[in-house]
Amino acid sequence: MISFEYLEHTADVKFRAYGRTPEEMLSNAAAALFAAMIPPGQVEARESWQVELHGEDIEDLAYRWLSEIIFLFETESAVFSTFKVALQKKNERDDRGQAEGWRLSAEIGGERMDPQRHSFLCEVKAVTRHKFGIRKNDLWCIQVVLDV
Amino acid sequence: MEISKIDDNIYEVPVGYRPGMRVPGRIFVSSALRDMVEPGTVDQVANVATLPGIVSHSMAMPDAHLGYGFPIGGVAAFREEGGIISPGGVGFDINCGVRLLRSDLGADAVQPLINTLLDALFQSIPSGLGATGRLHATDQQLTEAFLTGAEWAVKEGYGVEADLSHCEENGHMKGADPSQVGVKARKRGRPQLGTLGSGNHFLEIQRVEEIYDEVVARRFGLFKGQITVMIHCGSRGAGHQICTDHLDVLTKAVRKYNIDIPDKQLACAPLGSPEAEHYFGAMVCAANYAWANRHIIAHWTREVFERYFPGSKLDLLYDVAHNVAKIEEHQVEGRRERLYVHRKGATRAFGPSRSEVPAAYAGLGQPVLIPGSMGTSSYVLCGQDRALDLTFGSACHGAGRVMSRSQALRQFTGKDVKAALNRDGIAVRATSPGMLAEEAPQVYKPSGDVVDVVHNLGIATRVARLVPLGVSKG
Repeated sequence: MISFEYLEHTADVKFRAYGRTPEEMLSNAAAALFAAMIPPGQVEARESWQVELHGEDIEDLAYRWLSEIIFLFETESAVFSTFKVALQKKNERDDRGQAEGWRLSAEIGGERMDPQRHSFLCEVKAVTRHKFGIRKNDLWCIQVVLDV
Repeated sequence: MEISKIDDNIYEVPVGYRPGMRVPGRIFVSSALRDMVEPGTVDQVANVATLPGIVSHSMAMPDAHLGYGFPIGGVAAFREEGGIISPGGVGFDINCGVRLLRSDLGADAVQPLINTLLDALFQSIPSGLGATGRLHATDQQLTEAFLTGAEWAVKEGYGVEADLSHCEENGHMKGADPSQVGVKARKRGRPQLGTLGSGNHFLEIQRVEEIYDEVVARRFGLFKGQITVMIHCGSRGAGHQICTDHLDVLTKAVRKYNIDIPDKQLACAPLGSPEAEHYFGAMVCAANYAWANRHIIAHWTREVFERYFPGSKLDLLYDVAHNVAKIEEHQVEGRRERLYVHRKGATRAFGPSRSEVPAAYAGLGQPVLIPGSMGTSSYVLCGQDRALDLTFGSACHGAGRVMSRSQALRQFTGKDVKAALNRDGIAVRATSPGMLAEEAPQVYKPSGDVVDVVHNLGIATRVARLVPLGVSKG
């Protein structure tokens, strides 16, 4: 199984990431997002960051997950290389009575940005919802277009 | 159903090209550029035509290429009654735009100092990925920047009062609602105020190479051999996060209001609904942030010029937004109507009949600034009333990509691109030299061809061509 692959897109970065489980797919999607910005070999997992998120459904959650990584990248001035994702499917309602659906906890490994060692290929501005989707056949597959 | 040529430089995408189209599409390209428009771009023009309340046509400017939601170069206007607003028609980099400063210096005086000047600009103006400013804005200052944009910047000592009337919207768009800007957008936006960013954003020292219209050029304050400075940037992480957050809300609104959309990025809400008003209020905050940002960067540019050329002038010629949704009045079927005009990768190009044209350029039309790709010419045009009939007063915004980033990275290295620019006499500074490859001049359409279409259609007419001498990139 390949973890992810990039597809042609004139202006932006389009990729598909795969996994035997939805956790593995989300982890690979995060890796694909980061590999678009910086060669993965340049990043060491010296520090870790915790992320807790929820979403109505897996697609909603995936969008928030990838957007959260961009938010962390900018606000922590950090680059990431490892993404351990755990998912929980819930059927609970939150305080406002909205279905929570899915919950994600992740441990992200990476290090602070160092212009001397980190050579960027592009800057990912945001995750778009254009052609965004998740499919499950033999494998879980997510398709994403990033605004760069 | 096929797209067909209906006039010189105008192609029509008929209703029925895809199901659900409410109006036809129009793509404004020459026969030569037509071949560079990918099928996906035409699909995106057709997708926009399905949105409720769309008026006249879903349009694409001559630099059109594949985007997300709207195509890049997309223009669409929606009725207040029954229409929608969509972040898919604005993009993540809200009020990404261009400003042009005109100096009173000739190239002969500046050229020998170009490397020194570029180093100083590169040092004075923070750029690059995740760059944070030298400004260290407080929360209160951030709120004020959201509320009044360039006006706030002037109050803080960045730029002068006279600059304001030389910005689209006077650098202060009305309707900002900072309560709709989330904690995350504030957290990204605060440290980045006063930064250039990266990607295709740049600061360029240019020389006026060619004047096409002496009369208008004189009124715009341009002369042959003159030094100009062009700044291209937007609302940074603040805008990106505002769009991300509201896209979430509008995705739910689509279900709530039962709107059928062909692309999830076209998530939208009916005008007048709380979701639409909240998005608009937040989007205006980002637009104002971007005007403040370009104002601050221009101020630091002036400081650097003052250091090397004491007493020299660097006046603001104009500042345009090319990713924004605005409330404008237009003539629709003989009636004056208030419309929400979305321009994504398109520049407003109002002609002399519009009151929005700055007093200094009365009787002419607004300056339309078209940046070239790195290393190629930029253009100054003058908006014409013909644009009001054809494109809701809009023109192109740049050259338009033809080659994907991955293909560019396979074909070029940042080092080669830099060497080629240097050979052409263009100095370059970049925080991430690897990123130069994906912005190589060859990945864009020839900017002159794109400008020709706009000129020949009479949307905006050529005034001057500017060539780069030095580029500072993130």
